[in-house]
Amino acid sequence: MADRPDPDALLAQLKEEERSNGRGRIKIYLGMAAGVGKTYAMLSDGQEAKRRGEDVVIGYVEPHGRPETEALTVGLEQVPLATHDYRGVSIKEFDLDAAVRRKPQLVLVDELAHSNAPGARHKKRWQDVQELLQEGIDVFTTVNIQHIESLNDVVAQITGIVVTETIPDSLVYDADEVEVVDIPPQELIQRLHEGKVYVPTKVDQALSSFFKKSNLSALRELALRHTAERVDRQVRTYRAAEGALEPWHTKERIVVCVGPNKMSLRVVRAAARMAGTLHAELIAVSVDSPRQSMLGEADRVRVVEALRLAENLGAETVTLSGQDIVSEVIRFAQSRNVTTIMVGKPIRHRWRELVFGSVVDTMVRHSGDINVLVITGTDTTGTPQRLIPKQTERTDWRGYGLAAGVTLAATGICSLMFNRFERINLVMVYLLGVTYVASRKSRWAATLAAFLAVGTFDFFFVPPTKSFAVSDVQYIFTFAVMLVVALLTSTLTARLREQTVAASIRERRTAALFNLSRKLSATRSRIEIGTFTAAKIKEVFGCDVGVLIKSRATGKLFSGPESESKFEFKPNENAVALWVLDHGKMAGAGTDTLPGSEGLFLPLNAENGCVGVLAVKWTGDPVRDPAQLHFLENFANQLAVAVERTNLAKDSHQAMLQVEKERLRNSLLSSVSHDLRTPLTIISGAADRLRESVHLTDSRDLELAQAIAVESERLGRQVRNLLDMTRLDSGGVELNREWQSIEELVGSALSRTEHLLQCHIVKTELAADIPLLMVDGVLVEQAIVNLLENAARHTPAGTEVKVSAHTTPGQVILEVANNGPCLAEGEEDRIFDKFYRTSPKATQGFGLGLTICKSIMEAHGGTIRAINNQEGGVSFMMTLPMSESVPEVPLG
Amino acid sequence: MADRPKIVVIDDEVQMRRFLRASFDPSDSEFFEAENGTEGIRLVARTNPDVVLLDLGLPDIDGIDVARQLREWTQVPIIVLSARGREKDKIEALDAGADDYLTKPFGVGELLARIRVTLRHVARSKGAEAEPVYESGELKVDLPMRRVFVACKEVHLTPIEFKLLSMLVRHQGMVLTHRQLLMEVWGPAYCEETHYLRVYMGQLRHKLESEPARPKHIATEPGVGYRLLVD
Repeated sequence: MADRPDPDALLAQLKEEERSNGRGRIKIYLGMAAGVGKTYAMLSDGQEAKRRGEDVVIGYVEPHGRPETEALTVGLEQVPLATHDYRGVSIKEFDLDAAVRRKPQLVLVDELAHSNAPGARHKKRWQDVQELLQEGIDVFTTVNIQHIESLNDVVAQITGIVVTETIPDSLVYDADEVEVVDIPPQELIQRLHEGKVYVPTKVDQALSSFFKKSNLSALRELALRHTAERVDRQVRTYRAAEGALEPWHTKERIVVCVGPNKMSLRVVRAAARMAGTLHAELIAVSVDSPRQSMLGEADRVRVVEALRLAENLGAETVTLSGQDIVSEVIRFAQSRNVTTIMVGKPIRHRWRELVFGSVVDTMVRHSGDINVLVITGTDTTGTPQRLIPKQTERTDWRGYGLAAGVTLAATGICSLMFNRFERINLVMVYLLGVTYVASRKSRWAATLAAFLAVGTFDFFFVPPTKSFAVSDVQYIFTFAVMLVVALLTSTLTARLREQTVAASIRERRTAALFNLSRKLSATRSRIEIGTFTAAKIKEVFGCDVGVLIKSRATGKLFSGPESESKFEFKPNENAVALWVLDHGKMAGAGTDTLPGSEGLFLPLNAENGCVGVLAVKWTGDPVRDPAQLHFLENFANQLAVAVERTNLAKDSHQAMLQVEKERLRNSLLSSVSHDLRTPLTIISGAADRLRESVHLTDSRDLELAQAIAVESERLGRQVRNLLDMTRLDSGGVELNREWQSIEELVGSALSRTEHLLQCHIVKTELAADIPLLMVDGVLVEQAIVNLLENAARHTPAGTEVKVSAHTTPGQVILEVANNGPCLAEGEEDRIFDKFYRTSPKATQGFGLGLTICKSIMEAHGGTIRAINNQEGGVSFMMTLPMSESVPEVPLG
Repeated sequence: MADRPKIVVIDDEVQMRRFLRASFDPSDSEFFEAENGTEGIRLVARTNPDVVLLDLGLPDIDGIDVARQLREWTQVPIIVLSARGREKDKIEALDAGADDYLTKPFGVGELLARIRVTLRHVARSKGAEAEPVYESGELKVDLPMRRVFVACKEVHLTPIEFKLLSMLVRHQGMVLTHRQLLMEVWGPAYCEETHYLRVYMGQLRHKLESEPARPKHIATEPGVGYRLLVD
């Protein structure tokens, strides 16, 4: 078992290989800071590639005005830049569409971490680059070490400058090549002094704050170490592929817990760095507990941000749901064989931990053999804010009113009880009132009720009455306990109520989804499905919804009846929708792709690709909550499944029609062939008989009989060709494949065309090593016959016709060549077209014979082409793929 | 064989029957016609012909079934008339008991030659011994002596090659389906192994033919089987 390769490693290897198929290659020039000469190195290599004959263009190069650099751009084609107008300033940007349209082999794009101007398709340039790679275009690009996402805060610690433009680590890790452009820090500072380095800010300031030798040395170390790690990883991948798996231990898996505090970002970065060095798989987990669903907007956004960051750093993101954060995380970690859990160190007061317990403590206690790593943070944003439900965010006057009223009522009851009951029972009446308020109104109302209760109790019933003064110190204790009990009850009641609300929200969503799926399963028309889903989404989310379904005939998008959806597409949003359809990814408002558009566009991804686009336009604030978005995605999925189902239903209907059509066509074909062939047999037979008749003495009559015989034979051939063509043309030709010998097929074809080729010199040259082929013998023989007939008709008598066959790796080549007249230029392809004749005046033939050959070859996965021979004449080359395993034949 | 062979034609096309009738000299042969299968079977029973020409596309019973029904009680040679591209039908008819086939459109000469071959075959099998020798061009096969000569030089054949060749010789001039050959030479378990035939026929041709790619003796009937050509 020890030598069995780790399946994860194999999968990764497979992905690696898959990735390199058809995708462009990316080379990254990595530097520690501006001015080390990345652009220069990139351009030099670009020039070198061009000298090698590659099609190289410049996508974008920062115009720093350095003469050495500029000199290197000479001779390289520049893709025209796109101009975006932003607040009256026109900004020139790399034009992705122009580059894709130009489709060169290699594009040079400077400054990978650059943020695009608003209006560009992607927010970031690295996304543009990814699309280039997807299109199969190679890219050379440059980036500085401080822009790498996981190193972001490390760099901030070193230099004191927080870099906002970052690129995902995976981009560098997965790059096909990374070249570190390195010069000693002293030299860089020297160059800066000489004005050779362009720095956007003033040079002095830059010098003092950033370009310090200590800073540069640290950054340099960072860049080199990062690259070394990458190289190390590559070596391991390589060794894994070679089968040298010795240093390969069980795969490390790290789970990083993400919560609604700012520290999460820091924890995620640290985890990503650690995962990078350990070559571990990283999973970011957030737990959607009932408490979580009551978080404020800002906190939710923070969770989303942390998850998104994790995703950008190459992590898998998972949202769990459950009551207890710790047990959910641990259960998940155990199910995925996680080795390490990383959490942020909580910044809470100690007493809170004592009262509510600490997540970290519980996790350490229950983690079993999983390591728990606690990360400290300097961010002190403190505990997450709790959500005050929206309706109570406004001052809850009614609640306060109720609090006052209930307290008044309790006081009334107590005054009736006052002389007959112990004072302690009056406390109970007040507590009952507080609980009532808590169960009905907000927490603040309940809190007010608690204080009012203590106050009135003191004022009216504790001696000395009608005063807040207290004679017996004992009562202080009563008040304290009363207040604590009242507050605790109100808190618990309020929380219970909030949970009920959250549960009912969840239930409503589930019910809506259930209703939708039930309704959709009963709907057959795609338009109806679209309209209904749009209405349902509008009902649940309160937004404008448009459903665009891909027409399978044209590949274009079409929407349902306009009256049903108020969604109005702007012209540029149509483009967004098309992009989503092509890429199967979300885009639009709130995403990184085309964020400028008003709507959010979700792909309807079904099993067989994207079937349409769901467009959503928020009427109020855009929804960012991951749970909500996820829910919206659920709707999209339901919709996709429904659309796919109708597509499939239509397909099966089509298939049924096709079968019916096929049956009809076959019966028509056989009746036509019967009805044409029988009279032809009779005519040609009769003419034959006349020709041989001894009674026919007149030579003119004999000639007529001859003409009838020849022409009816020609008619017979053409009828056969037409029927063959019709059969092959419909595409549904069923090959009757059997093991066939080429020699036999050639022999049979030659004997069938013997009478046509009487005046030609026929030669055969078949190699001895041609294996049996799994082909339809009748059809392949027909193809050879057609080529021979063609030679007989189109070459003069005495022409040599040679049939030869030989093998090349994987295929058999069958050639019918003649040394007659050549084809005119450009005719080599056209002669295979239906009804093509070599000259307009040619009367011979329908020109179907060669088309049939082509169809037959294509049906077998082979090819046919015509070549003019150098010595004169035409060769028709047919290739047939060799069958994989020729069966054994017993000797005897 | 009678002096004037009796020929029964089963075909629903009037013109076809007329053409066939005109193809035979009344002084050489007797000619009977039926326009559907049922009538055809009855006609064969009544006239006891020397050869039956059977069209496969009949209005009442499928031609293949007619062949099958005839074979239940008579060994009369049956020649099937069928269109090209219906190889499956031909094989089925041959396996059902038909002796040979003709592809429409065919010439009169071809038809007469086929009939001659069939009649000769019948005459041979009715005689006590099979014709001992096959001679065509430079090829000479002496079945009783189990010897084969090409241009007077003896050729050595493996047992299977000889079995194949003797089967062809016994049915010289007539088509033999793959199935019939495989059944006879290798046995019923090998009826689908057509590639055996491809290989052995190739070997035979290389031993017997001067130009294997342009055979003069062993002809291929694409999709159907093989035929040993007679002069």
